Amino acid sequence: MSPDGKASQSGSAAVEAQRVTKIFGGGDDQVVALDDVSVQIGENEFFTLLGPSGCGKTTLLRLIAGFEHPTDGRILLGGEDISPLPPFQRPVNTVFQNYALFPHMTVGGNIGFGLEMLNKSKQEVDDAVTEMLRLVRMEELRNRRTSQLSGGQQQRVALARALAPKPRVLLLDEPLSALDLKLRKEMQIELKRLQNETGITFVFVTHDQEEALTMSDRIAVMKEGAILQIGAPRDIYDHPSDRFVAHFIGETNFLEAELLERKNGAAKVKFPSGAVLPASLPDAPISPGKVSVVVRPEHSRIATTKKDAVLSGTLENVVYFGTDTHFHFRLNDGAQFIVRMQNARDSGDDFTPGQELGIAVEADAVQVLRD
Amino acid sequence: MADAVTQVDTPVRGASSPSPKGRGFDVKRLPGFATVAWMCLLVLYAPMLVLVLFSVNDNRSVTIWTKFSWRWYEEVINNEGIQHATVLSLKVAVVAMVVATAVATMAALATTRTRAYRGLPVVYGIINQPLMVPEIVTAVATLSFFALIKQATGVTGLGYLILAHTVFCIPFAYMPIRARLEDMDLTLEQASADLYATPWRTFRRVTFPLLLPGIFAGAMLAFVISLDDVVISLLVAGPGESTLPIYIIGQLRRGVTPEMNAVSTIFLAVSILLVTFFFVLARARK
Ligand SMILES: Nc1ncnc2c1ncn2[C@@H]1O[C@H](COP(=O)(O)OP(=O)(O)OP(=O)(O)O)[C@@H](O)[C@H]1O
Ligand SMILES: [Mg+2]
Repeated sequence: MSPDGKASQSGSAAVEAQRVTKIFGGGDDQVVALDDVSVQIGENEFFTLLGPSGCGKTTLLRLIAGFEHPTDGRILLGGEDISPLPPFQRPVNTVFQNYALFPHMTVGGNIGFGLEMLNKSKQEVDDAVTEMLRLVRMEELRNRRTSQLSGGQQQRVALARALAPKPRVLLLDEPLSALDLKLRKEMQIELKRLQNETGITFVFVTHDQEEALTMSDRIAVMKEGAILQIGAPRDIYDHPSDRFVAHFIGETNFLEAELLERKNGAAKVKFPSGAVLPASLPDAPISPGKVSVVVRPEHSRIATTKKDAVLSGTLENVVYFGTDTHFHFRLNDGAQFIVRMQNARDSGDDFTPGQELGIAVEADAVQVLRD
Repeated sequence: MADAVTQVDTPVRGASSPSPKGRGFDVKRLPGFATVAWMCLLVLYAPMLVLVLFSVNDNRSVTIWTKFSWRWYEEVINNEGIQHATVLSLKVAVVAMVVATAVATMAALATTRTRAYRGLPVVYGIINQPLMVPEIVTAVATLSFFALIKQATGVTGLGYLILAHTVFCIPFAYMPIRARLEDMDLTLEQASADLYATPWRTFRRVTFPLLLPGIFAGAMLAFVISLDDVVISLLVAGPGESTLPIYIIGQLRRGVTPEMNAVSTIFLAVSILLVTFFFVLARARK
């Protein structure tokens, strides 16, 4: 795991999962939803669980909320083991994927529910509801029935309801997936703003990599019940440690290369063409020899001089995207490679399919994957 | 009842929507469909119309019309036998309804708000037993069982009839309540727990209010079923414990009188009113 994998050196994270395993069912049809997962989420952090369907994201949230209990391992909140506590005793609130607003209560009733259950005075509840309505900009809808709200409005009420009791941690399970694209973008910004204004730790679940990259302080990429990598968006994007992570996030090129013996720190890989480039290593131990590496399309360009060309291949296709252009290559060893270049005013489109061209790769753009 | 209606309603609407202009198969276009439909309606409702009509007929015969009159209703109201039977029927039905609905609500919660376990289908079967066993069998069994208890304890009274009614009303109350619970989104209860509500408060503030239409429907079914029952009441009721249907049957043995028409009409009106009332109530809550 990258150095960022640990939230804070100084002990108490907002939430921490320690070697958590969750197995559903028994006998032949048992499902291992989480397999020895450990993660520390810091105070005030916007932390995202990202992964494909069925990888255990919801299960991890439900364990934190208390709707499920770990088969093995512990869940800590502010350093304290909360495993024995039922949901209604955990200072954690959830924004459910389908919102789960109470249909027999008004907007105000929904938002005030948590504080009411905490036995706050009527005055306190009313004030908090007013404040929350202002925060999500819905003051005028206080007495509406929740069935009379649009999707985006329901979303806001669900958020306000979960934020009103000022939880230590807010859990959000794909809260934006039911919204259309435009509303979704708006709510992404809204969520970031709310997190900044309230200073509450957000644990956010999504399977949308773009959403994860734009919103998160850190991301945990999950697959089949395990966390593959934890890091800042940039870190995960630029230095994926794993084939799955590299593939899941953004577009990328996979290449075979040879990892050379390390001489005083800097790792180097040698490509079949003979070119040698510096490379970043994953944080798993890796031995010299044949390795897989990735190079992001935008970290490469068509070589202008022979010396620059690390790879070479035949240009097969040119796809124009407005701001940039994608060049699809078939490398000499048969692999595919995509080069993405920004379109400048004077950049001529003097490359045509069929041409043999060299490809240059930026320094520091080569990332070695663990096996 | 309202839930049962909606449930039947939905698939029909869904099925007809792919062929909005009557393309494809449509039962309504089969030859003779309209005739059969009208015949059914006629057989179903004509007797009731006749019943109602002759209840406001001045003549003592129930086949010869003379002129409009409320006299049979007056006689019904002043008939002590009918008064007694009505009060008894209501007493039994109200107690049976309240107890059966309470038991059915708990049974429904216990069978839907738990993790599925092995014996669950058996539990469903046991709860719904009165729906499957022929009523006469239940009646005979109850009769002899109660006779046994009466002999052993010497206790007699209306309690036996009420108990018998309560028991066979439970599955009728249970069905709509369970249907409602199964329709209800489980995450609502989780959201409530997530927002610091203890299980009891979750039940009071979330589950129960959302369940109310189902409970009303169940109570109404139980009430009507109890009012309506003949077979079990006939066998279990002790001397002087004739419920209204049993009293009517007893009177009819001596021939049909307009008085019986009047009682039946009142019975019908009350049933329709009840059903409408609960239906509207259930609608309004949605
Ligand atoms: N209550 C349960 N009983 C049995 N298996 C379950 C249960 N809940 C989840 N699972 C299984 O655990 C695995 C992880 O499920 P989970 O809901 O956590 O996935 P997810 O990452 O949230 O997926 P999605 O993106 O589709 O929501 C899945 O294989 C799922 O089938
Ligand atoms: Mg999920």
